[in-house]
Amino acid sequence: MAKPSRRQFLKLMGATGAALLVGRGARGTAGASEGHQVNNDTIGMLYDATKCVGCKACMSACKRVNSDYGSLAFEKAKFDSDGLWDAPQDLSGSTRTLIKLFKESDKKWSYVKYSCMHCQKPSCVSVCPVSAMTRDPLTGTVDYNKNTCIGCRYCQVACAFNIPKFQWDKAIPQIVKCDLCKNTNLVKKGITACAETCPTGAIMFGKRKELLAEAKTRLKNDPDRYMDHIYGEKEVGGTNHLYLAAMPFNKLGLPVLKDEAPAEFSEKIQHTIYKGFIAPVALYGTLCFVAIKNMKKEQAAEGKDHKEGHK
Amino acid sequence: MSHDEFQKHNAKILTPSFVVLLTLTVIGFALIAVRFIWGLGAVSNMSDGYPWGIWITYDVAVGTAIACGGYAMAILIYIRNKMHYHPMIRSAILTSVFGYGLAGFSVMVDVGRPWNSYNFFIPSKWQANSAMFEVALCVMAYTNVLLLEFLPAVLVTLEKTEWRTLQRFMDMLHQRTGIKRPERMDERLDSVKELAAWLKPRLDKVLIFVIVLGITLPTMHQSSLGSLLLIASTKLHPLWHTGFLPLLFLINCMYIGYSIAILESVISSYAFKRPFETRELSGVANIIPWLTVIWLSVVIGDLAWRGQLAAALSFDFYSCFFLLDFSLVAVGSLLLFSGRKRQSVRWLFISAALIVLGGALYRFNVYLIGFNPGKGWHYFPALAELLITVGIVAFEILGYQVLVKILPVLPKLHTREQLDVRQGLAEKA
Repeated sequence: MAKPSRRQFLKLMGATGAALLVGRGARGTAGASEGHQVNNDTIGMLYDATKCVGCKACMSACKRVNSDYGSLAFEKAKFDSDGLWDAPQDLSGSTRTLIKLFKESDKKWSYVKYSCMHCQKPSCVSVCPVSAMTRDPLTGTVDYNKNTCIGCRYCQVACAFNIPKFQWDKAIPQIVKCDLCKNTNLVKKGITACAETCPTGAIMFGKRKELLAEAKTRLKNDPDRYMDHIYGEKEVGGTNHLYLAAMPFNKLGLPVLKDEAPAEFSEKIQHTIYKGFIAPVALYGTLCFVAIKNMKKEQAAEGKDHKEGHK
Repeated sequence: MSHDEFQKHNAKILTPSFVVLLTLTVIGFALIAVRFIWGLGAVSNMSDGYPWGIWITYDVAVGTAIACGGYAMAILIYIRNKMHYHPMIRSAILTSVFGYGLAGFSVMVDVGRPWNSYNFFIPSKWQANSAMFEVALCVMAYTNVLLLEFLPAVLVTLEKTEWRTLQRFMDMLHQRTGIKRPERMDERLDSVKELAAWLKPRLDKVLIFVIVLGITLPTMHQSSLGSLLLIASTKLHPLWHTGFLPLLFLINCMYIGYSIAILESVISSYAFKRPFETRELSGVANIIPWLTVIWLSVVIGDLAWRGQLAAALSFDFYSCFFLLDFSLVAVGSLLLFSGRKRQSVRWLFISAALIVLGGALYRFNVYLIGFNPGKGWHYFPALAELLITVGIVAFEILGYQVLVKILPVLPKLHTREQLDVRQGLAEKA
């Protein structure tokens, strides 16, 4: 009795394993661009670190325009008891965009701007269980809806750039991240607040194809000024926030990433297991069959015992 | 599948351990109140770099694996047709009910906007790409399935009850305050009894379909608990980040499930002064090494294929934790390969404990220790955060302790010999 049932059990285990192996195999052959198409007609921004003077006008413009809608607040520095300046240390539940300085030596330094990268295949959208994170297929903007969000913070775990921020100190918290002024400046003026404000033209707003063309022109015209790389052109399947800089990007806090979007990898495995919901239903059916057969056998055996007992 | 395989444990409910556990529970729940008033930051050390802390890692990822006793025993009994293990199922299911129920509760404490959870039931919000979506729906469904699986124990008790406590309470209330007994109370109580008697045979008929659902659902969501971290390809250390995460988590929960069934049985036999179920336990222990051998080979094979074997043996921070979880499971299962050690309660206990520790550490490695969001981020749970977890676990043990004393959960002692042993143990105590 024991042997066939163990075999059945192992067969089930094997089936699960095989399903996973298929998922694994599919990943090996697929290229980076397979599965999702990069849409260059979507909107984004090009940040040129060599033009940025670190005036932080973009930061204050962002807060001025988005504070009510995006639940942003001013952050006091420790020494500043009167609250004269807004001094965020990092992106946070009160701050969507931030300028930082990286200084290697007195002659070698660079500013860098952090905000949502608006990925072409965003991890946060892929993992959100209730579709609170969405990507507008027309504009490419990755947006957040606090009225659906359950606050599970899976988007934070998933984002390779650590962009979504959570309001840890609030009883009614939400996720905070850039939405390209979707409901504020973009509606009123057709441009993001940071790009509109930048006095040196370090932030350029436009369609992704225009931004890429402009970046390539700058690289071509002034190759000594830049690292020969447009950060965000290929990273994680392409982002709509692009960077040019004079220093290696990972030194500026922008991680070295593969061209394949992490969401492509995870979705492929998840889809292989749950394709058409066939595997779970088949599993349930098989298990029901086995369990009922076993139960009947058991009842038959019990009945027999019973009769014998009466004899 | 008869109901006389089980019995109530006849003992006092108010014991010293009851008071200790109750205190821990109260502290934990008070801190949960603090969390809802002043926000998550007031009680926890979680940050934007480590958005998931000890609650998700321990209460959910490890807690549900430990709660897989019911799942593992159901596979053994109904699928592998070992009906003589049936007396062990009810206590396994009861711990699963608590494990899963409280994992669900922890999630509600952990998420920032729990009032929006109804979106899980709105099809237009469904997001099938998300492993979290799958886990959430599956765990909710499974908790209900577990309650249904446990329902027979409640129905049997309802059928036979004489409502003595309630009657006494109503008498006392009448004496103290003069409130009269509601008219027709006895009639209504009788109709509850009748309903229970009516429902029980009907439930028994369809129960097998519920039980099988109770095997299918954990297979789905335990593997998905592994899938959750697939997307963190840049943050999870390559020792653990692999396409095999779902498979590894599935096998992991099975061997933890069988091991925890052994631990539970040994501990409750010891605590409730009942004879050890050595024969059943060594039978269960027989299965574990097969599962762990598959698991260990997948781990090694996968590391070799991805060229990470050198990293596994480099003895840096990550490698040490990897080797620890790996060797705990390996040593525990090596012990179980010996037929003689499987007959000894002490060795069964030690090896099961090693495997549970190793298996749980594996989940900690994947969710926390191997997770590195980048420079400048650190996480170690805050005291209040730990106390909330302790409070929830204390509540779990407390509930188990009380319920086995008011419902027929533990296996019935059959033979004269077993009853004598119980008598002897009780006298000694």
